[in-house]
Amino acid sequence: MNNHILSHLPYKSSFRFVDNIISLNEDEVIGEYTLKPDSFFYEDHFAGNPVTPGVILTEIMAQIGLVVFGIFLVLKESDLKFLENDSLFPLLTSTDISFHKMVLPDQKVTVISKKQYFRFGKLKCYIEMLDESKDIVAKGMVSGIIKEIKR
Amino acid sequence: MTRQEILSELKKVIAPYTANKELLAGINEDTDLIKDLKINSANLVDIIIDAEAKYNIEIDYDSADKMINVGTCIDVIGEKINTRG
Repeated sequence: MNNHILSHLPYKSSFRFVDNIISLNEDEVIGEYTLKPDSFFYEDHFAGNPVTPGVILTEIMAQIGLVVFGIFLVLKESDLKFLENDSLFPLLTSTDISFHKMVLPDQKVTVISKKQYFRFGKLKCYIEMLDESKDIVAKGMVSGIIKEIKR
Repeated sequence: MTRQEILSELKKVIAPYTANKELLAGINEDTDLIKDLKINSANLVDIIIDAEAKYNIEIDYDSADKMINVGTCIDVIGEKINTRG
């Protein structure tokens, strides 16, 4: 049910980092993603020793915690229908994330994002990423805006 | 509150969002928040939210739209303080 939001994500396969939305409401979103061993960044980061880059962890947190959440909030607020020809275009505006544990290929991560505010089109969230043993991988404040482009 | 009083309080609200403290010290009513103070446009939202908390006011979408330079920020804050219940 929550996963129909995923059809609004503007990313293509190699840069789409959301598999499943577990829960979604006006205060919080929880989603998950399993790192694909054949992802483009593992070949070079690092050669012979694949580790998920921090920027990719940041992107996973932002796609689940801000983009999925933001699209949900924008659609709710504006009472828009799920039209195929409207386009929601997310922009990251700030991050303040600390990293605590490595994530390796094939691992599943869970992202929990709690809304701090959503005003004037800006969404600010406190986001945590957990691994399968429920240890914190990364956490911090992340903000972004969502632009709606009518075609 | 006079405009001068609002201005000196506003400086404190803006301070966390601009790296250039010299520019901030010398602001006047014509100072543009984005162009002159180099504030990230998304941080204008934080400045509005911080101003709301500081003055115990609510700033709606139309008013927020006007808050482009220091003078228009003072206009909006002054107006909201005066109509505060």
